[in-house]
Amino acid sequence: MTKRREKILLPLLAVLLGFILGSLIVIATGRSPVAMFAAMVKGFSGLDIINDVPWNTRYIGEFVINAMPIILTGLAFAFASRTGLFSIGAEGQLMVGSLAATAVALLVQAPRFIHLPLVLMASILAGALWGAVPGFLKARFNVHEVTVSIMMNYIALHLNNFVILNIFGSQDKVKTAFFPETALLKSPFLQSITRGSRLNWGFIPVILALVVFSFIINKTTFGYSLRAVGYNKDASRYAGMKVNRNIVLSMMIAGAFAGLAGSVITVGTFNFGRAMSAAEGYGFDGIAVALVGGNEASGILFAGMLFGMLKSAQPLMQSQGIPREIAGIIQASIVLFVAMRYGIKMLLERFKKQQAVTADGDRA
Amino acid sequence: MSIKILFEMFPIALMFASPIIIAALGGLFSERSGVVNIALEGIMMVGAFSAATVTVLLEESTVLAPWLGLAAGLVAGIVFSLLHAVASVNMRADQTISGTALNILAGGLTVYLCQIIFRQQRTRAFSNGIQKVTVPLLEKIPVLGRMFFIENYPTFFLAIFLVFFTWILVYKTPFGLRLRSCGEHPQAAASMGINVAWMRYFGVMASGALAGLAGGIMVLTADIQYTLVTIHGTGFIALASLVFGKWNPFGVLGAGLFFGFSTALSFYAKDITFLASLPGEFFYALPYVLTIVALVVFAGKSVGPKAAGQIYDSGRR
Repeated sequence: MTKRREKILLPLLAVLLGFILGSLIVIATGRSPVAMFAAMVKGFSGLDIINDVPWNTRYIGEFVINAMPIILTGLAFAFASRTGLFSIGAEGQLMVGSLAATAVALLVQAPRFIHLPLVLMASILAGALWGAVPGFLKARFNVHEVTVSIMMNYIALHLNNFVILNIFGSQDKVKTAFFPETALLKSPFLQSITRGSRLNWGFIPVILALVVFSFIINKTTFGYSLRAVGYNKDASRYAGMKVNRNIVLSMMIAGAFAGLAGSVITVGTFNFGRAMSAAEGYGFDGIAVALVGGNEASGILFAGMLFGMLKSAQPLMQSQGIPREIAGIIQASIVLFVAMRYGIKMLLERFKKQQAVTADGDRA
Repeated sequence: MSIKILFEMFPIALMFASPIIIAALGGLFSERSGVVNIALEGIMMVGAFSAATVTVLLEESTVLAPWLGLAAGLVAGIVFSLLHAVASVNMRADQTISGTALNILAGGLTVYLCQIIFRQQRTRAFSNGIQKVTVPLLEKIPVLGRMFFIENYPTFFLAIFLVFFTWILVYKTPFGLRLRSCGEHPQAAASMGINVAWMRYFGVMASGALAGLAGGIMVLTADIQYTLVTIHGTGFIALASLVFGKWNPFGVLGAGLFFGFSTALSFYAKDITFLASLPGEFFYALPYVLTIVALVVFAGKSVGPKAAGQIYDSGRR
């Protein structure tokens, strides 16, 4: 297998294995895998392949809504990965991004063309700052970024809850007041063409983020030096690259993508700030997206849509009597299979060799 | 702070501390053998689900149901952790990614099974979890008796026993020396005839057993049923205790007690004058902030196992 083909085929194999495993679990627990796959098709296309009901475009809108934030958290994980860093911090960066968006949305009064960009910028900045902490500690003290970013996730959760519950005069125990229209990504036009889904302009910053990611990584000297640090820290240092600065910047940019995801959810999908009892898993979804997408913008787009589809199929599965959590099971097993790709490759090669040997034996 | 409040806090602090300590000991076995295990959280969820389910299903037929539940949590933890062992030992997976996958899987799998078994997103509530005990004779000891032996969960004594057991096994036996050598320099260990793969399997399975048990203890002492948020980050606090306790059983005990008290403090803060002004969220976030501080303080000093997280490649020197 060539490198390029391998990079596409192994994740596809992992996805296939994940779906097979998911189907087996569904069968083992006495449910119908056909209904599960029908729910998935309806989840992204709105087409019902079992029942004779009219095409419902609302599902397309909800599918895009589900894909948007996890594409961004996928970019966040992938960006840090390219510098050889493993950031589990997207969850927390997203949360502080969402908190910053909430603050600016509620506290600033301005026309939409100023207010909305301010909201988005605030979330990007907050995410970047939150990402800078593990980056700085890694660069300055060589503290492992995995542990620090896990801890930062929980700190973000409690910070978010504290601020939402105490500062913005919450309506009830979980929500802030509604945001003014000027802070929202909402679009009556997009809603009307998708039969009242929550589809909004959020996909524009998402596309921009994909382009920016691809541009920085592939087309700039900075991106090249980031990748160099990812491949070999010592060689990069010897070549005169500022390794520590690159580590901090990489974590900050990764955090910026995740922070943006926070505002896409908060002023796009919702229109109020929320206190949460636990993280919602967008950060972990992002890890799955980046791994399946091979840390490349195009791959992340497709993987984000794949997992977005699984998410939007969840309520449909539930209504078919298949517990919605099967989506998480499939996603987790895909991640596990992608993680095991080296071992899977070895097994495949051994299998091929054996076949070659038996084929030789048959001829003789 | 009045002494009375301090005494009142003990049972609740020890209740929170026990699962943290036991799960962190699990992490200790795994990391000492050279496998990073961030799946402690997920394993605890599986353990808690299994323990709650077995307790609910058996409680009408036997009074021992919660204890059988704990056993079920332990076994389920071992089985679940095998996935991590296969992925990171045989399939050479990145241990952090494999652990992350297990954490996602645990959330999905447990609630999926709840829906299949109980037709709701949580287990049915059990009527009796593990009961508090008062130890005769020992309760009469001044001060200590009130702190540890009156109306406490017996699982705390189990945690203490496991701390000593782990210390003896890992630091005082040839087996422990071999286990630790696999986490420091697996190639050197292999050259002495130690089966690194087997040792790492043991490490991961021990972490599965202990984290599964810890999950069971948590649901049967601090909750009334298993839900998606029963464990709510305790596995990560256990991971933090492991770092905070410098990968040492007694350090883990200290860190676990500390985090147990800081959790309990969030319930009692309103009664304590100089803490009353601090928000509850401050106490929830405290363990995580302190862990980062600890990491920075220990930075550069080699306290953790050197080879933890590395894929074992027998060809490397």
